[in-house]
Amino acid sequence: MTGVPLWAQLINLLAAVLLLLAFAMLAQRRVLTLINLYAAQGFALACSTAIVAWATDQTHLYGSAALTLILKVALLPWLLHRLVRKLDVRWDVEGLLNIPTTMLFGIVLVVFAFNLAAPIEQLASTITRSTLGIAMASVMLAFLMMITRRKAIPQVIGFLAMENGLFFAATSATYGMPMVVELGIALDILVAMLIFGVFFFQIREQFDSLDLKHMEKLKEGE
Amino acid sequence: MIETLAVLGFPLAGALLLAVIGERAPASRVNVAVSLLTWLASLALGFKVVRDGSLLVVNKLFFVDSFNVFLIALTAFVGFTTALFSRPYMQIESAHGRLTPGRLKLYHCMYQVFIFTMLLVLLSNNMGILWVALEAATLATVLLVSLYRTPASLEAAWKYFILCGVGIAQALFGTILLYFAAEKVLGAGGGALLWTELDGVKSELEPTVLSLAFVFLLVGYGTKVGLVPLHNWLPDAHAEGPTPVSAVLSGLLLNVALYAVIRCKVLVEGSLQTSFARELLMGFGLVSVVVAAFLLSRQKDVKRLFAYSSIEHMGIITFAFGMGGPIANFAGLLHMTVHSLTKSAIFFAVGHAAQKTGTQLIDGIRGLVTLSPLIGWGLALGSLAILGMPPFGVFASEFLILTSAVREYPWATPFLLLALGVAFAAVFSKVQPMVFGEAKTAGLPHRPTMTPVFVHLGLVLMLGIWIPPFLADWYRQAARLIG
Repeated sequence: MTGVPLWAQLINLLAAVLLLLAFAMLAQRRVLTLINLYAAQGFALACSTAIVAWATDQTHLYGSAALTLILKVALLPWLLHRLVRKLDVRWDVEGLLNIPTTMLFGIVLVVFAFNLAAPIEQLASTITRSTLGIAMASVMLAFLMMITRRKAIPQVIGFLAMENGLFFAATSATYGMPMVVELGIALDILVAMLIFGVFFFQIREQFDSLDLKHMEKLKEGE
Repeated sequence: MIETLAVLGFPLAGALLLAVIGERAPASRVNVAVSLLTWLASLALGFKVVRDGSLLVVNKLFFVDSFNVFLIALTAFVGFTTALFSRPYMQIESAHGRLTPGRLKLYHCMYQVFIFTMLLVLLSNNMGILWVALEAATLATVLLVSLYRTPASLEAAWKYFILCGVGIAQALFGTILLYFAAEKVLGAGGGALLWTELDGVKSELEPTVLSLAFVFLLVGYGTKVGLVPLHNWLPDAHAEGPTPVSAVLSGLLLNVALYAVIRCKVLVEGSLQTSFARELLMGFGLVSVVVAAFLLSRQKDVKRLFAYSSIEHMGIITFAFGMGGPIANFAGLLHMTVHSLTKSAIFFAVGHAAQKTGTQLIDGIRGLVTLSPLIGWGLALGSLAILGMPPFGVFASEFLILTSAVREYPWATPFLLLALGVAFAAVFSKVQPMVFGEAKTAGLPHRPTMTPVFVHLGLVLMLGIWIPPFLADWYRQAARLIG
């Protein structure tokens, strides 16, 4: 691939890593490893944002890269680790059936995401437009993860991973949202995480487990 | 400008103040006082808009026009009456041991945070900030819904959190796409997400991107409106949370989420020049009306019953905005107002009825008229109003929507009529024995506060007979704006 500058290759590489990590999360059964994968995804995101910032001289992107690094690589994984330790679910293994089926379904979603992103990529003028498909794919994979998980913590990690994908989409399509909006989103995510933390304890107190299968009492029309 | 900041400042300062006051006695009074101040500020804002026209203040961050000014006043008003209602209501709940003082503090604090975020959504000119505020509203209400910490309330709150979290993430993607399209025309930076700027260049925005953005925005914000099939969280959250929270969820949150959808619809319609957005709104609206109407008869819990009725009415309003045109839009705006007032009044009455009889189950609530005539008549009149009986305001707006449907989209009329008929039969047959049946229990002794109920119903009655000229002006201008 001559003619493609190094930074563009790096961005594509990081995008690929992002997608790979999304698949890894989909198949991961251990809670602790899941958190580490999430942190790794955040790190890839911060790196690619910083490279885009450097390549395009978009100084405000350095800010979002730093924000990502602090929030998604350090703070949120630390909070999650602490929660897992306090709740003592470190060695929890989820009985995920049919991982292969989920993965196959994930591949279908990726193809769908690339098709959906194609017309928008054509219109984009950013250097990163080719990664928009990957961003949409990781949003959809995280969504799939939220649907297939039956335990509270993996569901929340799915929620956070979805936000990673959305952030990546914003960077690749438009070089990021305006700073005030990005700060607001970060604040919301952080508060959401804190509330999730409180919730875990309450759910455990009430149901003696973080398994959501106990929480299917409220049904339509009853 | 000072009015705008006051409208936002009072609830925010109130939340901080209530966090400081904490568990001490005056907290509930402070809650009422802060809500009253917020309402007065919103009235001042309303007068200013009547005098000077629309406002754009603080670096174009806040925007008030005829479309959101009445919603701001309505939100602040219902916020105030609900605070009035919740003072004795929550005292009784505490006395029954359902709440600890710590939870009551959380309730007061989050109530003001919730009102603040609602007003921020309405006032914000920046579509990104609007998203942030709506997400913050979700977070505040999640804490309110799970206030009792019972298994059922935790389940409801978790469901609400996850479903609305996913929904609002879709809306974020829609907002990113909107920014993507806008940035090409307006250049990068904060200006490209300002609604007023977007409105000025809407015909130049890329149609392919905007149509995709609208799908995401509609699904995302539509989850919060409670449109079928994204409505699953709504009945649970209404039934398991404290009654004042059900009242503000139905009365305010659904309206505000729909407001966000309509703001987006205006932009998309300007860009696409087709009826794509309208058809989507009409489709979602009609499905919601019909499905909710048929689910009404299966409800056993009185709060779930009226939660489904909220889905039905949000469907009617969405359908009206989908039809578009000056009359249908006018009716949609009127219906937003009267539904908000009536539904919160009904929840006030239902809350007291449940406290009186000690149960939320419809079969357990009997003979309210003998137990407490005020509650009984409040519930009976409220139900008649929500079912669209003349001379209440709901009749006027539903009549306008139906006549527009007959004229513009005759195929939709039978569905609407059928749904309204089914809803009438279901709700009336359930409310009638609750009010006039034979009382089973002696009823617990406490005095209800029914003033807010009758004030709301009085306003709905007034809007059915006479709409104040400035309000009609706002409706007409907003109806033109929505297109």
